[in-house]
Amino acid sequence: MTDMPLKPAQQSRLRIFLDSDIFYMFKKSPVAILSTIVVAILVLSAVFAPLIAPTNPFDPASLNLMNGFTGPMTPNAFTGDSFLLGTDDQGRDVFSTILYGMRVSLFVGVAAVLFAMVLGITLGLISGYVGGWTETIIMRTADVQLTFPSILVAMLIFGVAKGFTPVEYRDQMAIWVLILAIGLSDWVQFARVVRGATLVEKRKEYVEAARLIGRTPFAIMLRHILPNVLSPVLVIATISLALAIIAEATLSFLGVGAPATQPSLGTLIRIGQGFLFSGEWWILLFPAVTLLVLALSVNLLGDWLRDALNPRLR
Amino acid sequence: MALISVKALTRVFDASKPWLNRVIERRGKSFLTAVSDVDFEVAERSTYALVGESGSGKSTIGRMLVGLLTPTSGTVEINGVNLATETDARKIDVIRSDIQMIFQDPFASLNPRWRVGDIIVEPVVARGGDASGLAEKLLEQVGLSALDAGKFPHEFSGGQRQRICIARALSSEPKLIVCDEPTSALDVSVQAQVLNLMSDLKDNYGLTYVLISHDLTVVQHMADRIGVLYLGRLVEEASPEDLFARTKHPYTKMLLEAAPRMDGFGREAELPEGEIPDPINPPTGCAFHPRCPISTDICRTERPPMRSLNKTRVACHLAEE
Repeated sequence: MTDMPLKPAQQSRLRIFLDSDIFYMFKKSPVAILSTIVVAILVLSAVFAPLIAPTNPFDPASLNLMNGFTGPMTPNAFTGDSFLLGTDDQGRDVFSTILYGMRVSLFVGVAAVLFAMVLGITLGLISGYVGGWTETIIMRTADVQLTFPSILVAMLIFGVAKGFTPVEYRDQMAIWVLILAIGLSDWVQFARVVRGATLVEKRKEYVEAARLIGRTPFAIMLRHILPNVLSPVLVIATISLALAIIAEATLSFLGVGAPATQPSLGTLIRIGQGFLFSGEWWILLFPAVTLLVLALSVNLLGDWLRDALNPRLR
Repeated sequence: MALISVKALTRVFDASKPWLNRVIERRGKSFLTAVSDVDFEVAERSTYALVGESGSGKSTIGRMLVGLLTPTSGTVEINGVNLATETDARKIDVIRSDIQMIFQDPFASLNPRWRVGDIIVEPVVARGGDASGLAEKLLEQVGLSALDAGKFPHEFSGGQRQRICIARALSSEPKLIVCDEPTSALDVSVQAQVLNLMSDLKDNYGLTYVLISHDLTVVQHMADRIGVLYLGRLVEEASPEDLFARTKHPYTKMLLEAAPRMDGFGREAELPEGEIPDPINPPTGCAFHPRCPISTDICRTERPPMRSLNKTRVACHLAEE
C-alpha cells in the first residue's frame, strides 16, 4: 500500500463513523444505548475484577470460614464483618465471586464464539467458493449437526475430551475443553451465512478480475471475498456471544463445565442452588441476576445490530 | 502476425437438472452449446469486435480468450501460447500479464472494500512487482486525480469507475484487453468519453482490443474488423465498411435494419422476426433458417461453411458477391 495520498481518508475514520447511518440509528435507540452501557460496565468490571473486588475469593489465606453464610449488608454474628452481597458457605464474598465468575463466563463465551467464528468462516468460505463435493460434505455435516441440540453436542464433546485428559490436568483443561465444546457446537450458523454470502460474491466481476490475473483461490477468498461477507458475521457473533455465555452457564450448572476452583457464573448458580431451600437465597440469586442481565443486554445489542444492518427493516 | 488465433472454438455447458430430478423425471443430461466451431484471428494493434444478440455466445468467447473459461474443444492461442494446455508456468505468467479484461458492470467489477489505488495496482502487486506511484500515474492517464487512489469505489460515478477499471487493466502493461460490453452500463454522454479514452490509450500503449458489444454504432466507430455471432456461431466477419455497406448475411441485414438510426424519423423500424432459438436444441442446418427470409431446403439440412467473398467471410449458402 502506498502511503502518500491515503492520509486524509484515514485520519477521518472516526469522523466517518460518527456520521454513519449506524451511529445515527444507535443514538436514536434507547435500548441499544442502555444495553451497550450495561455490557460495558459488566465487561470492564470483569476485566478489572482484581482491582474492584474487595477480596480475592480464590486465595484461601484471605478466607475466614467463620464468615460463612453471612447475609447481604448484615454484619456476621461471629466476626462482625459485613459483605455487600453476603458470603457463601466457605465465607467467600459473593460480590467478589461474581466478578471473578463473570471473568470466566465472558472469557469462555468470547473465546468460544471466536473459535466458532474462525471455524465457521473458514468452512463457509471454502464450501461456497470451491463448491462441488467439498461443499456437499461440509454443508451436510452442518445440517446433521443442526438436528442435535447444541447443548447435547457440547456435552458429548466435553465428555469425550474429558476422557482423553489426564486426571491431574482436568481442572486446568476444563476451561479449554469448554471453549472447544461450545465452539464446535456453534460453528454451523457462521458457516451457513458465510457460504450464502460467498455464493453471491464469487459471481461478481471483481472476483473474476482477480482470477484473471492469476490470483490463487486462497488469496481470492482471504483478500477479496472475506472482507465482503463479514457484516452479517458481526451480527451472528453478537447474538452467539449471549448464547455461548448461557451455554457455558448451563454446562457449568449441570456440573460438566467450569470446575469449582475456577467458578463461572453457572458454577456459582449450581453451588447456590444447594442452599436455596435452607434460606441462604443470596448465594443463588445474585449470580443468577448477573447472568440474566449480561445475557439479556448482549442479546438486545445483537438484535438491535441485526435490525440496524438490515436495510429492509429501516 | 496475428496476436490472437482462435480455431474451431467450442464451449458446451452442462445445463442438466440435479441428478435426483433427472432420475425422477426420467430425463437425460442436457447440454447447452454456447459457442460452436468459431474461427477468427486478431491482428496486433487492431480492434476486433464481436457483436450479437443476448445469448449469442459473445461473452463466453471473451471469457475463453482471457482464460476464465476453458474451451470444450478447439484452441485459443495468444502469441502462440494456449492458456488451457500450456504447462510452462513462466510462459503462463507472461501471457497472463499480457491479457486484461474490462467488465460490463463497473459497480460489480471493483471490490467495494478496497481502496482504488490498491485495486489498480493489484495485477502488478500480485506478481510481486513494484507499484509505488503507479496508481497515481495511471489515474491521471485515464482522466482522474492522483488523490483518488485513497478513495473507495462507492465514491465514484459509473463512468469514473469504468475509468478506474481501465487504469487497472493498464497497470500490468498488457498487449490485449478484452472489453466485455464496456459502455452498456453507462449514460450515452459518458459512453462517448470512455470510448474516446479507450481509442487514445490504444494508440499510446499499442493495445489490441477485443470489443464485445451489442451496440452496432459503438462497434462501427471503434472496430477494424467485426465478427457477427448468431447462436454461438460466427456468421459473418468483415471490416466495418464492408459490413455496413455490403452486407452479405441475412442475419446481419436484419440486425442493421433493427438498429435505431438518427435519420430514421418517419421510418418504420423493421423489427426482427422470431427469437433466438433454444441453444439446447439448436435448429438443424443453418441455425438462422427458422427466421431467415430467404432460406431454402439446403439451409434446413446442411450447416453452411465459412466462405471468403472478397474481404468478407460469411457462413451462408446463399450469400453472393
